[in-house]
Amino acid sequence: MKIAIASGKGGTGKTLMSTNLFRTMEKEGVDVTLIDCDAEEPNVAEFISGKIINVKPVVCHIPVIDAQKCVFCGKCHEYCSYHAIIFLPPTRFIKVVEDLCHDCGACIEACKFDSIDQKEKQLGLITTYSCNKNTKIIEGRANIGIYSPVPVIKEAIKSNAESGLTILDSPPGISCPFIATVYNADFVVLVTEPTPFGLNDLKLSAETLRKLNKPFGVIINRAGLGNRDVYVWLEENNIPLLMEIKFDREIARIYSRGKILVDEMPDFNNLFVKLFKTICNLNKK
Amino acid sequence: MNEIAIISGKGGTGKTVISAALATIGKNIVVADCDVDASNLYLILLPTDYHSERFITGYKAVIDYRTCTNCGKCISYCRFGAINKLSDKVIISETDCDGCMLCTRVCPSVSVSMVKSDNSYWYTGDFRNGKMVHARLAPGEENSGKLVNVVRDQARKVLKETMSDIIIIDGPPGTGCPAISSITGADKAIIITEPTCSGFHDMKRILDLTANFRIESYVVINKYDLNVEVTNQITDWCQSNGYRIIGKLPFDTRVVDAMLNCKSIIEWMPDSEISIKIKSIYRDIINN
Repeated sequence: MKIAIASGKGGTGKTLMSTNLFRTMEKEGVDVTLIDCDAEEPNVAEFISGKIINVKPVVCHIPVIDAQKCVFCGKCHEYCSYHAIIFLPPTRFIKVVEDLCHDCGACIEACKFDSIDQKEKQLGLITTYSCNKNTKIIEGRANIGIYSPVPVIKEAIKSNAESGLTILDSPPGISCPFIATVYNADFVVLVTEPTPFGLNDLKLSAETLRKLNKPFGVIINRAGLGNRDVYVWLEENNIPLLMEIKFDREIARIYSRGKILVDEMPDFNNLFVKLFKTICNLNKK
Repeated sequence: MNEIAIISGKGGTGKTVISAALATIGKNIVVADCDVDASNLYLILLPTDYHSERFITGYKAVIDYRTCTNCGKCISYCRFGAINKLSDKVIISETDCDGCMLCTRVCPSVSVSMVKSDNSYWYTGDFRNGKMVHARLAPGEENSGKLVNVVRDQARKVLKETMSDIIIIDGPPGTGCPAISSITGADKAIIITEPTCSGFHDMKRILDLTANFRIESYVVINKYDLNVEVTNQITDWCQSNGYRIIGKLPFDTRVVDAMLNCKSIIEWMPDSEISIKIKSIYRDIINN
């Protein structure tokens, strides 16, 4: 089973939930893999250490135009849907803007004069950590300045060979990086906080998941802050409340030190075991 | 003119709360909410929109099955893995389609066409201290970076029209295209971090990004008192790397009360420690 932990709003506690669920399952003896799909800001490895067993670059292919062979017909420029080829016929100027290229291959198909070659460009790294015998962390990390983390996210998910339980730590938002993460998940856990910002973004995430036909439930983090609006909304919309974690400065302190809650406050173990059972039951339906 | 981007790398460090506070100190301010994925600033600033416009986020390939011969040529050309054969029928996965149009060009029976996704909008409105440009990306759509560009460009247009000279940009989390679009052309960046290992880690990544773009960057440590030890680590790191810390803001649950009342912390608790410190940031960096 693949469980994605996501939220529209950033900083609601996705990584807190995913790392603690991972550690709880590890303690229960379950074979579990945690994939850090927040490739723009990967943080899982700050909390869970392991031995690096594999590092693999993620690359894309950038066209290289051979000005000697180019006849300046402009066909590649016409085929490029991303305006990544600057073409000025009067001055016989042609250039690829690498940052705009999406690696679609249209220009290569367009060129009938064999003037376009390709080179590799590194987008990021996939690092696999072995934690204990049967548990792993896979981190997708996009290079700074790379426009889209999506190829890195897809590669991180693809490099997971395990068939057991997989937890996906999603990037925030509701656009392509989020979609790429939750797309293959069996169940999505949305983490929110009981504030107007939290609720607003929860509604957007829920709308997106409904469009994708994904089953999902909600964790309310920092319960006690804000108001009850989110509880009312969940009830009105028949969305399961999976778990609540009360606002507590001690939890914030443990998190801030890069520590795992269930290690420091073992009482939380049961809460996460229960969370997993709840998800399994909902997923069966 | 002074264009200031409020960014953080990590989400939830307080970008929007601080943007709202900075936007409600002076008059004739232009605010651009560039977190188009999950925009929240309008919940505090409550703009009265006088203009809205549709935004085309992209195009998706669609097969006309009346003419499709199921030859599968498009499958081998698609580099996004968006086209597959399912029980002998060629299917395009909408979520995987990147809109490159290559399939429409290679299809021998001209059966693939592009349809536009245009359910996203951007808005311009008035709020109590000036003008606000914001947007709503339709759920699941891509190209949020391009929508951010539109919001930022519109904010610059409004700035000229209103003879204002300050733009405050509430940025998105991350370091990818929406974040890059938010800081492109900005004069200064204020990085909001928090004293957590992840906040510290993400701050360094976003500072790498602003350094790439040669944008003058300043650091604010929000909720600094939640872990003074990490606050000190961040302070030391900033000092040895030449970044100025322009404010350390305390954790204060009244920020949430202000939010529940659709007010910025400056409006809600003008004499609180946090408000006084944010006003000093305003004088120091923005109105300067």
